[in-house]
Amino acid sequence: MKPAPFDYLRPATVADALAALAAGGDDARLIAGGQSLMPMLNMRLVTPRTLIDLSALPELRRVEVADGWLTVGAAVTQNELLARPTLATEAPLLAAALPWVGHFQTRNRGTVGGSVAHADPSAEIPLCLVALEGEVVLRSARKRRTVPASGFFIGPLTTARAADEIVEAVRFRLRKPGAAYGFREMGMRHGDFAITALAATVEADRIRLSVGGVADRPTARDWPRLEGAALDEALNAFAWDLGGDDDQHATATYRRTLVRRLGRAVIEDAQTELTP
Amino acid sequence: MTAIPTQHGYVGRPVPRVEDAALLTGSARYADDLPVKPGTLHAAILRSPHAHAELLGIDTAAARTVPGVAAVITGEEAKRFSSPFLVGVKAPMEHWCLAVDRVRYVGEPVAVVLADSRYVAEDALDRIGARYRPLPPVMTFDQAFDAASEPLHPALGSNLVNRRDFTYGDVDGAFAAANWRVSVEVEFPRNSCTPMECFVVLADFDAAEGGYEVLSNFSGPFAVHPVMARALKVPGSKLRLKSPPHSGGSFGNKQAVFPYIVLMGVCARATGRPVKWVEDRLEHLMAATSATARRMALEAAVAADGRVLALRMEQTEDCGAYLRAPEPASLYRNHGNLTGAYDIPTLSVVNRIVLTNKTPTGLNRGFGGGQLYYGLERLMHRVAVELGLDPLDVIRRNLVPAAAMPHATASGGSLDSGDFHACLEEAVERGDLEGLKAKRDAARAEGRLYGIGYAAVVEPSVSNMGYITTVLTAEERRKAGPKNGAQASATVAVDPTGGVSVSVESVPQGQGHRTVLAQVAADVFGLPMEQITVVTDFDTAKDAWSIAAGNYSSRFAGAVAGTAHLAATRLRDRMARLAAPQLNVAAEELVFAGGKVFAAGNPDNALSFSRVAAAGHWSPGTLPDGQEAALRETVFWTPEPLKAPTDADHINSSACYGFIIDFCGVEVDRDTGRVRIDRYVTMHDAGRILNPLLAEGQIQGGFAHAVGAALYEEYAYGDDGRFLSGTFADYLVPTACEVPVPVILHRESPSPVTPLGAKGVGEGNCMSTPVCLANAVADALGVETVTLPLTPHRVAALIHGEEPPRPAGSTAPARPAAATGKPGGRGLTGEGSRAVPATPEQVWAILLDPKELAALLPGCEALDLVGPNAYRAEVVVGVGPVRGRYVAEVALSDLDPPNSLTLSGSGSSALGTGRGSGHVTLERHGDGTLVTYRYTAEVGGKVAAVGGRMLDSAARLIIGQFFDKLIARAGGPEAVPERPSLLARLLRLLGIRP
Repeated sequence: MKPAPFDYLRPATVADALAALAAGGDDARLIAGGQSLMPMLNMRLVTPRTLIDLSALPELRRVEVADGWLTVGAAVTQNELLARPTLATEAPLLAAALPWVGHFQTRNRGTVGGSVAHADPSAEIPLCLVALEGEVVLRSARKRRTVPASGFFIGPLTTARAADEIVEAVRFRLRKPGAAYGFREMGMRHGDFAITALAATVEADRIRLSVGGVADRPTARDWPRLEGAALDEALNAFAWDLGGDDDQHATATYRRTLVRRLGRAVIEDAQTELTP
Repeated sequence: MTAIPTQHGYVGRPVPRVEDAALLTGSARYADDLPVKPGTLHAAILRSPHAHAELLGIDTAAARTVPGVAAVITGEEAKRFSSPFLVGVKAPMEHWCLAVDRVRYVGEPVAVVLADSRYVAEDALDRIGARYRPLPPVMTFDQAFDAASEPLHPALGSNLVNRRDFTYGDVDGAFAAANWRVSVEVEFPRNSCTPMECFVVLADFDAAEGGYEVLSNFSGPFAVHPVMARALKVPGSKLRLKSPPHSGGSFGNKQAVFPYIVLMGVCARATGRPVKWVEDRLEHLMAATSATARRMALEAAVAADGRVLALRMEQTEDCGAYLRAPEPASLYRNHGNLTGAYDIPTLSVVNRIVLTNKTPTGLNRGFGGGQLYYGLERLMHRVAVELGLDPLDVIRRNLVPAAAMPHATASGGSLDSGDFHACLEEAVERGDLEGLKAKRDAARAEGRLYGIGYAAVVEPSVSNMGYITTVLTAEERRKAGPKNGAQASATVAVDPTGGVSVSVESVPQGQGHRTVLAQVAADVFGLPMEQITVVTDFDTAKDAWSIAAGNYSSRFAGAVAGTAHLAATRLRDRMARLAAPQLNVAAEELVFAGGKVFAAGNPDNALSFSRVAAAGHWSPGTLPDGQEAALRETVFWTPEPLKAPTDADHINSSACYGFIIDFCGVEVDRDTGRVRIDRYVTMHDAGRILNPLLAEGQIQGGFAHAVGAALYEEYAYGDDGRFLSGTFADYLVPTACEVPVPVILHRESPSPVTPLGAKGVGEGNCMSTPVCLANAVADALGVETVTLPLTPHRVAALIHGEEPPRPAGSTAPARPAAATGKPGGRGLTGEGSRAVPATPEQVWAILLDPKELAALLPGCEALDLVGPNAYRAEVVVGVGPVRGRYVAEVALSDLDPPNSLTLSGSGSSALGTGRGSGHVTLERHGDGTLVTYRYTAEVGGKVAAVGGRMLDSAARLIIGQFFDKLIARAGGPEAVPERPSLLARLLRLLGIRP
């Protein structure tokens, strides 16, 4: 379990990183915390010719609040974001979900942008990004562009990021007045990949339920304020539309069951918060 | 001088572990930390991605050209320098250290690269071309029994290797007379107690001596040493085996390093250089070893009060691809205690051993006990349920009474000591069973799912080396010669300064041997523990050992520590005889205490211990006539009751038997099916406890492993043979967050068999806890059958019943449901359809045109025609950053122009193997064509072992790419634009486009 040979670059500026990425093309990979990429390198699932380390770029380590957005630099670690004193008021869903990201130790190195770029279908941060109707800021040597979360995640480990682009920042919508949020997750053990993770946003006239771990990317659905049997029917339809696959840890049926049961529970969690 | 140290000594006290300072400060020396000889080559092993395949050939030329590579070893060298391993039953089955003509499990070693570094060796691995012809894999008990299945070993003709039938007493008569019959059928899954440290081997061959010198973390039993020596074609004395001073754990697993000792021996001999190999985690999980899976059918003849009068037991053991030494020990280790803690007078047994295309099995904490008691204690639970009795009353009425000790079991075991009923009542009282029942009733009144489970077991320790021969008939045993006993050896020496050293043949794996042996020796010599040095590295060329040596079957406390006590006592007595004339008292009157040797009645008449110790070294000329110097004593001890199996197949399979009674309360979450252990009480009688702190650590560790076996851990395989549990993200070992602290209770009934009265304690919960938790879950849900591990989705399926139907009008693609309880086991399948803006004839032309096909195949870099509609392709396939370069054979068949065809392909890469076929139909649809496809695919090797979560969606993604390109070639829009259209996103959301 030793990686194949690669060149290691640790650029000091984003411009240098982008130049290196443009030169490396599809054979270059970006690394920040390495919590997913390092095992994949060691198992030779990924064999880049060049590894570009983004951890020395201060531009990617900023967190800003402006214009209704919480903008998190891609190289901000998950624990740094979690430790932000104002997070629970700015983005209560993130505050609830981040403790479910891996383990304390992995969150010390794992980055917010890395998790989004990696696009594991069961990962919490991509789920939150979809739930909060967020955006991904991509930058190449040519240009900067912003992709909505709903268009960014394409499939397992597959995103709209082009080979010459860096995820520069991730933008979450700030808490909306009058909205409440809920988060639930079912995994096998503490810190495991979610079998199903669910995020609910409840507003005066809207319910938004986002689900990770069932379809091949985090997926959201919006409803009016349904209740009772109507909500059950909507959850059942959503569960079937998400589909889900069997793996050794759970059946697709079980995943859909969690969408129905925990979906209802997480919506009720948020509703309770909304009307205490 | 008494045989057992005084109450005031160290033994029996919770002395903190002396080994922990080194472990906790990072100064422990593990096998991988030890220096290597100059010129050592580093090995990396190429492993089979197939569960079952003929090995057609291996092309090593490209690998040999990688700079830094010294050699590539294949089955050719294995055949030249070694012979197949001995097998425990008479069967024509050849198991070589490297595959020679066939591979029989995923991960089986196929070739070894030897290079200047492990990095370079792994670079070269990727350049070896091994060619296989896949064979149908045998993955289940039913397939193993099926005469139509492919035999793993053609010379054997069948996958049923051995069957033995045993009858003890008038079973049929007892069944005829019984009021009730209760039966269960259960299966215990494959799992393993995974050590933190994986296998390490450093091998060297001395051409001048013709001998091998190997350092490895092999843990024994050293009955396997002759197996290794035979495989290397040398006498045992030419295989010098050493073990390092520290271990990163074993739990039995390290026994299974032995084939690699032979393999690295072959590599060292073939290259003429020292060789080092360190197993990585993927290799360990995939291919090191496993506990056996066992299918059991049990039937009890039961009296109206719940007493079991007779038992019929059928056991089928899945030993994997080879019957590897010391198997079939897992099946026979408990043969003397098949009736557990119960007085069941008559018993019939059918034991079968089958082979499957899975990793060979071996030693593992609990060794055979978890399997046996899972059947037996599920049966006792069912007896209570079916007769409407309290499960604890059923246990009470069947336990062996204290007055019957030592108790002869139906199959020949001798339960040596204990008061099982007293243990039970004390556990009920001190563990507050009444409180637990009240909690259950309150929870149930609220509609919650709460259950209580029980389990009673005997925990065997110190194995009889003859029990495995119970697999042979009496006639075969007579021919082979008797095998029995459980010898232990220990050496105690004094140095000229009065220091004492102790060495034993146990190869400690972290249990605290240094602490306990220092306690034992310090008590005998009346010295502070600090004056005792326990030497824990081991060397077959210099240390005293027998085939029973090693660290297994909980033999340390009972046999090894006891033997160290005997050796220390013998040395002390000899020292006393030397000191007696100087002190003018009889040797029997001397006391060793406080670092002095003195007369019992006159403590001032004393010599220092070091003075007596020095005498043997410095002044042997002054020793009394006829006395040898007291320098060093080695004792070999074997427990008296251990005989070979009788002609009637009675066997006392272990020297002593502890007792465990457990009960627990669990709550099952109605929504998720998650099992939460609310309270767990475990009462042990392990004989005399040498160190309560260590005993508690052993019980907690065994309990944690058992929680894993009950709720989380399984070596999972697909029906197509692929291995699915290649990382700790898929093989789920519970962490501190998942394992509650059990209530641990003790009684002490010293064993009359062992020198210190101690019995084993570390394996028991691996035997009692899985079934105790299963009984509790069955009680909580009120169901008859539960399946291990009790993962949330399995438990949820028992609660939730039928899934609400798909709403009318749902557009989600239908996917075949998995067989219950075995998700992820099938091959990948799927279907879909796409509208292509071209006529069927145009689409047909694209598919049949090699140039076009090359453009459609994802990542296709070369496509060469090798026959009519048959191609050899080089494709780079994967998702996201995970890419493998596959050399693939691609073919078009079932051609029905322009209506339908089958596109199939198979290939392999460093990531593993892939095989798939898709049936494609073209249907005129307006101006265009509706292309409908249905596919099956199999993915094997590394990528399946570590990426099981995403295989289905990855397959869909890759197949989607094919059709995206087809649409693009046929004149449609570019498939995945930088910014997907709203329509595309909507379609994708609905699952129409992968």
